[in-house]
Amino acid sequence: MAKFKKDGGRATPAINTSALPDIVFMLLFFFMVATKMRDKEMKVKTQLPTATEVEKLEKKSRLHYIFVGPPLNPEFGTSPRVQLDDAFATVDDIQQYITLKNGEKDEKEVPFMTTSLKADKTVKMGIITDIKQELRQVNALKLSYTASKEVKD
Amino acid sequence: MGSRRRDIPEINAGSMADIAFLLLVFFLVTTTMDIPTGLQVALPPISEEPPEDSKQKKREVLEVLVNAADQLLVEGSPLTIDRLQQKTIDHLTNEGKDPTLSTTSTAAIVSLKNDRGTSYDMYVQVYNELTAAYNRVRDDYAMQEYGKSYKDLDPQRDKDKIKEVKKKYPRKLSEAEPVSIGSE
Repeated sequence: MAKFKKDGGRATPAINTSALPDIVFMLLFFFMVATKMRDKEMKVKTQLPTATEVEKLEKKSRLHYIFVGPPLNPEFGTSPRVQLDDAFATVDDIQQYITLKNGEKDEKEVPFMTTSLKADKTVKMGIITDIKQELRQVNALKLSYTASKEVKD
Repeated sequence: MGSRRRDIPEINAGSMADIAFLLLVFFLVTTTMDIPTGLQVALPPISEEPPEDSKQKKREVLEVLVNAADQLLVEGSPLTIDRLQQKTIDHLTNEGKDPTLSTTSTAAIVSLKNDRGTSYDMYVQVYNELTAAYNRVRDDYAMQEYGKSYKDLDPQRDKDKIKEVKKKYPRKLSEAEPVSIGSE
């Protein structure tokens, strides 16, 4: 047993940390590749409804986003507004927006483009119906009511 | 000359980790990892022709109405949201038993009509229940026929099975053209 106590109490050599940057860089690259930059600044409140039958959406590159909800800044009132990209918009702007965005895409991809409608729970169906009509006008027929997964209890 | 070069001290890489961590934290904060999920809907294309629903027999259609006060009316009588799914399943799997419900599953239609004043939350809930009913009957049918639930069927290998299930229970969820009855 004395054999093990021989070195006891002596100062241990410093741990070699030269590989630490490599590990951290590896993590860094993982996050850079696996994630997407938060590119849109939210101007409206969107508290999503919950649903049990939600499905995962396709690739993020195949999504158009439309946000609907009451403005976060009370200066703009409390009635629901539409947000496209970073700015407030009206329902009439949707057709132009979708056409413009589709124009940037590969022609083959256009039929697979899904519109992700992120609307606040409190919004009334009137504005949603108008948006649906606008989407039908530009033949953007794949729509997704973005909802968070409801945990059944 | 040569000897002097060999004397260059090793660069201290100890702070490299700090820099990398800083970058890592920056990326962690600015990125999102949430997987978007949602209820998938296929909107009908706009057509000039008037809808041909007058041909549909009334008993094939399950009429679901949601009013501006978020109240549900199914086939002319009020219903609570938690019983909507079962009602829809009954309609889809009726096969002619109940004279008020559908004759065959292939002809059964669910018609959803909402008011402009209906809340989006309520609408999503109703839509969710109707989708759930379709998923349930498809699951049951696939389980009964192939011993596998519809979700577990492989889109590549079980292509024909999926087609068969879809043929048996086609998703005929029609939404009425928008009307304005109540106030927003």
